[in-house]
Amino acid sequence: MAENEERLRRTMMFVPGNNPAMVKDAGIYGADSIMFDLEDSVSLPEKDAARVLVYEALQTQDYGNAELVVRVNGQDTPFYDNDVKAMVKAGIDVIRLPKAESPEMVEKLDQDIAAAEKQFGREAGSTHLMAAIESAKGVLRAADIAASSDRMIGIALSAEDYTTDMKTHRYPDGKELEFARNMVLHAARAAGVAAFDTVFTNMDDTEGFYRETEYIHQLGFDGKSLVNPRQIPMVNKVYEPKAAEIKNAKNVINAIQEAKLKGSGVISMNGQMVDRPVVLRAQRVMSLAKASNLVDEEGNYLEK
Amino acid sequence: MKSKVNRELPDDLMKQLNYQPFETTEIGNPEIQRVAPKVHVSTGDDKIVDSIKKVVDETLEDGMTISFHHHFRNGDYVFNKVMRVIIDAGIKNLTLAPSSLTGVMNDMVIEAIKAGTITNITSSGMRGSLGDFVSHGGLKNPVIFRSHGNRARSIEHGDIKIDVAFLGVPSADRLGNANGMKGDAVFGSLGYALMDAQYADKVVLLTDNIVDYPNTPASIKQTQVDYVVKVDKVGDPDKIGSGATRFTKDPKELKIASMVNDVITHSPYFKDGFSFQTGSGGAALAVTRYLRQAMIDNQIKASFALGGITKPTTDLLNEGLVKKVMDVQDFDKGAADSMHTNGDQQEIDASWYADPDNKGAMVDQLDVVILSALEIDTKFNVNVMTGSDGVIRGAIGGHQDAATGKLTIISAPLVRGRIATVVPDVTTVVTPGDSVDVLVTEFGIAINPKRTDLLDALSNIPGLPVYKIEDLQKMAEKRVGTPKPLEYTDRTVALIEYRDGTVIDSIKQVKD
Repeated sequence: MAENEERLRRTMMFVPGNNPAMVKDAGIYGADSIMFDLEDSVSLPEKDAARVLVYEALQTQDYGNAELVVRVNGQDTPFYDNDVKAMVKAGIDVIRLPKAESPEMVEKLDQDIAAAEKQFGREAGSTHLMAAIESAKGVLRAADIAASSDRMIGIALSAEDYTTDMKTHRYPDGKELEFARNMVLHAARAAGVAAFDTVFTNMDDTEGFYRETEYIHQLGFDGKSLVNPRQIPMVNKVYEPKAAEIKNAKNVINAIQEAKLKGSGVISMNGQMVDRPVVLRAQRVMSLAKASNLVDEEGNYLEK
Repeated sequence: MKSKVNRELPDDLMKQLNYQPFETTEIGNPEIQRVAPKVHVSTGDDKIVDSIKKVVDETLEDGMTISFHHHFRNGDYVFNKVMRVIIDAGIKNLTLAPSSLTGVMNDMVIEAIKAGTITNITSSGMRGSLGDFVSHGGLKNPVIFRSHGNRARSIEHGDIKIDVAFLGVPSADRLGNANGMKGDAVFGSLGYALMDAQYADKVVLLTDNIVDYPNTPASIKQTQVDYVVKVDKVGDPDKIGSGATRFTKDPKELKIASMVNDVITHSPYFKDGFSFQTGSGGAALAVTRYLRQAMIDNQIKASFALGGITKPTTDLLNEGLVKKVMDVQDFDKGAADSMHTNGDQQEIDASWYADPDNKGAMVDQLDVVILSALEIDTKFNVNVMTGSDGVIRGAIGGHQDAATGKLTIISAPLVRGRIATVVPDVTTVVTPGDSVDVLVTEFGIAINPKRTDLLDALSNIPGLPVYKIEDLQKMAEKRVGTPKPLEYTDRTVALIEYRDGTVIDSIKQVKD
């Protein structure tokens, strides 16, 4: 799971699995993760068609370096089994379980994936999973859910269902989500997996979108789920490291390399020891800077 | 016989119509002779007429050439009113030479062809049922497609000799001083119609709005006009503005537009005093918006914007980011209305705009132009005329003319649905690859290898991947597969002129 921690997951773009044009074009917007949806955005008569469409797209379309995720239908539906089998067979990176409320649900998905990997000759353990927290029950058990599988790469808060469950609705200031956001984030961090914030659906409220994204960035979320590709550059902008952060991170990385060359286990910078959190933060800043086109291949800051 | 872009041309027609094949985009410095119209002398007190029929009876004979403009676009009432009278009068063998044909004219043109009223057509383009009709062999003689600049050139040369021009205007006085800016059905610039007014032997204005004499500003002048016909309505104001001028929310168009903007702002032409033409259509309008921000950020002002004008461009004029708008047509009401309120929005005729045989045309001074494409091939040749089914469904417009700009950018998606835009060979060559510099798709850009300077300037821009155009073509093919070759009959249904009057390609009748 260590290599998963390194992966940037600023943006997870929802793509309705029954829309061929959107499925075809999903790769061009630079989303870190693309989430093909077989669940809520697909009507009942189209469930099979969407599954086939996404399956074929995964075989034929080039999505570059994006992490490919599929949201399958819930375990209480007749579509779940075929969804999981088809997506494992297609070689999907991550299967997203909707409405996760207990570690047992995740364990069941884990077993179903393992069986499908075996059935279709996929490498055991190569298919990851994630869970969406969409209810009070799910929020209260978020920590157990996040830690329930070795395949787990992250958990996501899904606010539409959650706020309904809480007998409220979404407000511009997001106060109704304060507890859930912090629970999900802490559960993810404690389990060493990624944390995704919920979607922001009002495309006309750019200011509100920036306000919310800056807020969840400050809390520590890895990124945000998105319904419109136009939001991708906005999220990336919020996650862009500042010039001073990049320069500092570059110094830390240099110090690491210096220590390696010397064969020294202790990393020091300006005469002071650099401890592990600083190293991790520096690595994250450099990978964000690279993704934001702020540094060249060698990590030198590019003046704009 | 082949044109320089390797297109086989029909020998018999080329000889019969005395055509040369396309050789080069260079115009050179030839000396040419312009023609002048006949003048029927009058003091001007007898021009007002109530009936189109009377004008048709007095002016038209079998075999003549008649013209119209398309500034009303799909809100045009004039074309159908006049053609109805001409067909009913039993006149035959006319050459129809409008600036272009819009969808609202299609049924009437087809009827006129079937009746033998129209036997020849030259136009910028045609779409819909008329394109379909011609592509299936409905007209015996080949249609001659000409760009807006080339139409002006042909009129000045006498290649198109207009006997009677029927020109709808939203306002005119009793002697024929007219403009496109006042009245119910305003469309702004009369750019294309000014050629007809200047060179036709008989000029007939049709208007629903006769104003006090003298009408100013006068785009068409009383010295040019023979008749002023009062009609009930010249056009539908709601359909004059093309629907395409709203700001797009399509994320793919926005992505392409932002990449076009990157190409412009990283090019050597993006500096104070530069000039540009963006045209209409979703992505083009979005480019204008991105460009606005880039101009503000870099404190750059444009000396002029050219061509078909939209409100986002006149907004730049009002903001002072563009110093002059050189306006040959307006695509929306905002741009049309702005014409008579802003003195820096100059109406220009098609010759001034784009005619190659000139003492200098505006397009010769153009730095950056963004154009669209139905198809573009690995030689950078562009097709804006025929669909992937080989059927006529487009218009040259100012494409060939504006492509002479210093930085010609083609903005087009890599594929549309199941149809590739980037192809090994375009169905019909309209604009030669020699005049195209950069292709921008949603996946990345391709630079014409002849432009090594641009390769240097545009490589290594974050978020702007540079491909060989052959690679983009392969990417398109990988996504949509390889289409079966189109099947045609031997019969030529249209010739595509290059802007200098040579023939660059021909269109064959499609096989059913």
